[in-house]
This record gives sequence, C-alpha cells and structure tokens, in this order.
Amino acid sequence: MPTATINRTETESVAPGATPLLDVKGVTLQYKTKKQIVTASYQVDFQVFPGDRFVLLGPSGCGKSTLLKGVGGFMSPVEGEINLNGKPVHAPGPDRMMVFQEFEQLLPWKTVLENVVFPMVTSGKYARAEAVDRAKRYLEKVNLTKFFDAYPHQLSGGMKQRASIARGMAMGPAILLMDEPFAALDALTRLKMQEELLELWEELRFTVLFVTHSIQEAVIIGSRILVLSPHPGQVRAELNAQQFNHANQDCAEFHALQQRIHDMLFAERIDAMGQHHGE
Amino acid sequence: MRWGNIMANKADEAVPAARIEPPVRDEFEREPRSIGEIGEISRSLSPWQRLRDNSLARNLFILVVLGLIWQIYAMWANSPLLFPTFTATIQALWDSTVHGPLLIRAWNSISILLIGYVSGVVLATLLTMFAVLTRFGSDLLGVLTAMFSPLPAIALLPLALMWFGLGAGSIVFVLIHAVLWAVALNMLSGFISVSETLRMAGRNYGLKGWRYVAKLLMPAAFPTILSGLKIGWMFAWRTQIAAELVFGATSSGGGIGWFIFENRNELQTASVFAGLFTVILIGLLVEGLVFRTIEVHTVRKWGMTR
Ligand SMILES: Nc1ncnc2c1ncn2[C@@H]1O[C@H](COP(=O)(O)OP(=O)(O)OP(=O)(O)O)[C@@H](O)[C@H]1O
Ligand SMILES: [Mg+2]
Repeated sequence: MPTATINRTETESVAPGATPLLDVKGVTLQYKTKKQIVTASYQVDFQVFPGDRFVLLGPSGCGKSTLLKGVGGFMSPVEGEINLNGKPVHAPGPDRMMVFQEFEQLLPWKTVLENVVFPMVTSGKYARAEAVDRAKRYLEKVNLTKFFDAYPHQLSGGMKQRASIARGMAMGPAILLMDEPFAALDALTRLKMQEELLELWEELRFTVLFVTHSIQEAVIIGSRILVLSPHPGQVRAELNAQQFNHANQDCAEFHALQQRIHDMLFAERIDAMGQHHGE
Repeated sequence: MRWGNIMANKADEAVPAARIEPPVRDEFEREPRSIGEIGEISRSLSPWQRLRDNSLARNLFILVVLGLIWQIYAMWANSPLLFPTFTATIQALWDSTVHGPLLIRAWNSISILLIGYVSGVVLATLLTMFAVLTRFGSDLLGVLTAMFSPLPAIALLPLALMWFGLGAGSIVFVLIHAVLWAVALNMLSGFISVSETLRMAGRNYGLKGWRYVAKLLMPAAFPTILSGLKIGWMFAWRTQIAAELVFGATSSGGGIGWFIFENRNELQTASVFAGLFTVILIGLLVEGLVFRTIEVHTVRKWGMTR
C-alpha cells in the first residue's frame, strides 16, 4: 500500500497548528430499519479547514450522503464524534446550510427571493431588510436577477439549483454542505455550474463540503478529495487537487490523478467481488 | 450482437433485400433572427377564448341545460304538487327570498354552520399538530379517527339533544364531529407525504416544534389539507340540513332544513324545491367562490396542483 503511506504523511504536513473548522473523528453511521441495521460509513476521519473545497468521493451507496447528513446534524453517529468549530454537532442548524441533490428543495409556496430570505429571517440571524439585501446580492451572483418574483415551479432544474446555492451562501454558514448538487443536471449546465461555483469561491472564499461520485467533478471542484471505499464507506485516501480546474483538464497530471483515483475505486470493487466468490 | 441479428432478420422478412439508408443531406448554418423581427411572441387571448377557458362559465352552461330539461319534463308531467316546473320553483325562490323567511333561514343555517365548521377545523389542526409532534398524539389520533370517522354525525344527534338540549349547541356538537375526523385525517396524511428533502430543508433552517409544523408542514401539505377542508365542508353542510330536518319546530330561528320541513307540511312543493335549491346554491357558491379562490391563490399559484 504505497499510496496510503504517502497520504498519511500529506495529512500530517498540511496542518501544523492550524485548527480545523470541521473535525470528523472515527465516525460510524448506521441506519436502523425494521429488519436490520445497515452500516453506511465506518470509522471515518477527516478534517476540513477554512476555505477548503473538500470533496467526498466514492461509488454509489458508500455513505457519502449519510456522512453529509451526519455533519448536517440529521443523524447522530453511533461511534466517534463530529465537531464544528470545536463544538459537537447534535442537531441541524443554519450554520451548516445544505444544498440537496433534488431539485424540489425550494419551498414551492415562496418566490425565489422569499426562499432565500426565509431561512435568514426565521433563524434570527438577520433582520428582514438586511436579509432581503443579502438575498438580492447572492441571487445576482448566481445570475437569477430576473427571477426574484418567480415561483420555483417556473424555473428550470439548473435555475432551481442556483437558487438553492444562493440560499445556502446568503445565510453565511460556517460551512456549505452540497450533496451532488449538479448530478441531476445535463452535461452543459453542469459544466457551467461548476465554473460558476469555482468563480464564486475565488471571490468569496467560503468553505464547502461537496459530495460527488464523478471523479472528474471531484478533481475539478475539490481542493482536497476524500476517497471512500464501497459500502460500508471507509476512508481510502485523502488527495490534493487544488491545482486542477477546467482549463487544465487535458494535462497529464490531471489524467494521472483521475487514473489513480479510478484504480483505487476499481481495485476495491474487484477485491469485494473476489471475497463474495470466495464465501 | 444478438439484437442486431434479430433486427436484421425482421427487416429482411418485411422488405427483402432493401436496407434502409437515410438520404445524405446538405449541411447548413443560420444566424438566429433578432427578437424584434419575430414580432408576436405572446398575445392575449380573445374574450371568447377566455370565456371558454373559464370553468365557471362552462359550469353555468351545464346548469342552464339541466334547467331546460327540468322545465320541459315538469310541463309534460303536469303535476305541480309532486314535481313543480323550474319557473314555478324560481318564482317560489324569489317570493320566499324577498317576502318570505328564506334569507333569514339561510343565514341561521350558515351562522351555526360556520361556528361548527371553524371549531372543527381548529380542533383538527391542534390534534394533528399534536399527532405529528409526539408519538402518543399520533397513536391517539389514529385510534380516535378509526373509531369515530365511520360514525355518521347525525347518529349522534339524539345524544347531543340529551346533553345540550334543543338549540344551536346540539347542532354545533354534531357539526364538529362531522368536520373533525375528516379534516384531521386529511391533514395527517398530507403531513406524512411531505418529501424528506423539504423536511430536511426546514430543519436545516432551524425550525422546530410548532413553528416547524406551521411554517413548513402546513404549507407543504396544503393541497391535501385543502381537499380535507372541502370534504369537511361538504359533511358539515349535509349534517346541518339533516339536523335541522330532525329538529322540527323547536329552535327559535330555524334554518333551511326547517324551511323545507315547514313547506312540506303545507304541501308547498315549489317552496320545498326552492329550499333544496338554496341548499345546492349555497353549496356551489362556497365550492366555486370560496374554495376556488383559495385554491387559485395558493396551490395553483405555487404549482402544486394543476
Ligand atoms: N433511509 C435509509 N434507511 C436504510 N438504509 C439506508 C437509508 N439511506 C441509505 N441507506 C443505506 O446506506 C448506505 C449508504 O447510503 P448513502 O445514501 O449515504 O449513499 P451515497 O454514497 O450517498 O450514494 P449515492 O452516490 O448513490 O447517492 C446504502 O447502502 C443505503 O442502502
Ligand atoms: Mg447520495
């Protein structure tokens, strides 16, 4: 396992003295259904620092959404702990705004502008006038100026996702949680949204925890990538990718990193299949 | 590969020795025209088109046709005591509205109905809120609705008369029973069907307890809640008229049910019809004006129903 050792040294060299914004320590998350207990992620550790574009990457069903729900406070770990700014997370809250994969996450009974204003006002973080101001500013940033007064059902899928991103960012959360926000979009729109997200990050330097199962998206969006093994999700590697974006997609290093991640995930799958046959 | 073979075989059977090749066409590129040149992009509809799209107008048309059929049949049957004509009914309606007690009777019915309906809805809301917030509440609501919703409200009237005596109190009690379970059941099923994503979004905003119910679940479940309110209204209106019919002569200000009963005793069949007509008319009015207006300004505007 040469890659594992390299990564271990990387992790240690990143943070001499810097305090992590989000600290996930040995977290195991389980679903209890009527018939069985499903372990979705097993003893996962990672640390997100301010300004990170931290990507959780792994095959479908490896517990990425579950980890995000854990950080969001929707699920409590059965083992380990999740700390945000040094305080344990135990309930959902507006300091961790979530952007979901589904388009239908805006409140259909509110206009686009009201959808962005509502969480700011209802959480008591901003007075109404200020909230409206901020909402307009962020909706402008995601190019929805013309749609302040439209209802969500009048928007296209991509526009809904942009509105959700504006809603998340306008809140000024400690960390923005995004669960495959572009997965349901067509390829062209996805490309555009990825670019826009990176531009926004350049401008505002927020912290984002981004879930995807596309290796390419992970490399483009992420500054640091946590690779998870297939079900139950365990940490497979933590890689650096801040130097890659759309512009250098064709360079050799980009491909090498992509290939490296691909091999990691693919090898795991073959192992798993071998085990199944052995049993 | 296998598919290819099958397809090829089929094609062979249908058109022997002729593989279809699409024709080769020239390529071209075009500059899109500027918006200004296209001219008409949106145009308002003509009054006639709008009228035909107006469901109120279409329903009125059906009513007119039904009225015509009624008139023709009654004239042919020619027995005013059993089946008065449409015009005679309208005449009786006019007379009892302008000179007679129909308006007051209708108002008596509606005012009691409103008290019963509103109390029923409020109780249903509280009970359902309790049910979504606590497990005991949801068990309680489950048992209560299972027990009471099959029980016709009117069957409680004898008991209500013993408890509350002759008067509005008894009717309100029966009305609450008619409204409560239907509305609560719909509300609960509406709350349950709110998508997980919207729920998580709401909790993400920090909404908890009754604020979570009022600001997230209620509007999100509003289509189902609204249909519950409609069903509740229908139950209430029927129960109201039936209760008034049973009451007979007692309550100080009788309602429409009492008006119908009275006129039947005096063999004023046209007035009986006029009374029934009023019942229908008020029902239609509430459905077509009140609920429709609410619907247009809420669930339709929000794109939650068509
Ligand atoms: N509500 C649930 N009840 C029971 N098991 C669940 C539930 N949600 C997820 N799981 C299980 O937990 C595991 C991880 O699910 P999760 O949704 O976190 O995967 P994911 O990595 O987000 O996958 P995808 O990329 O497809 O979204 C899966 O094996 C799934 O079967
Ligand atoms: Mg997922």
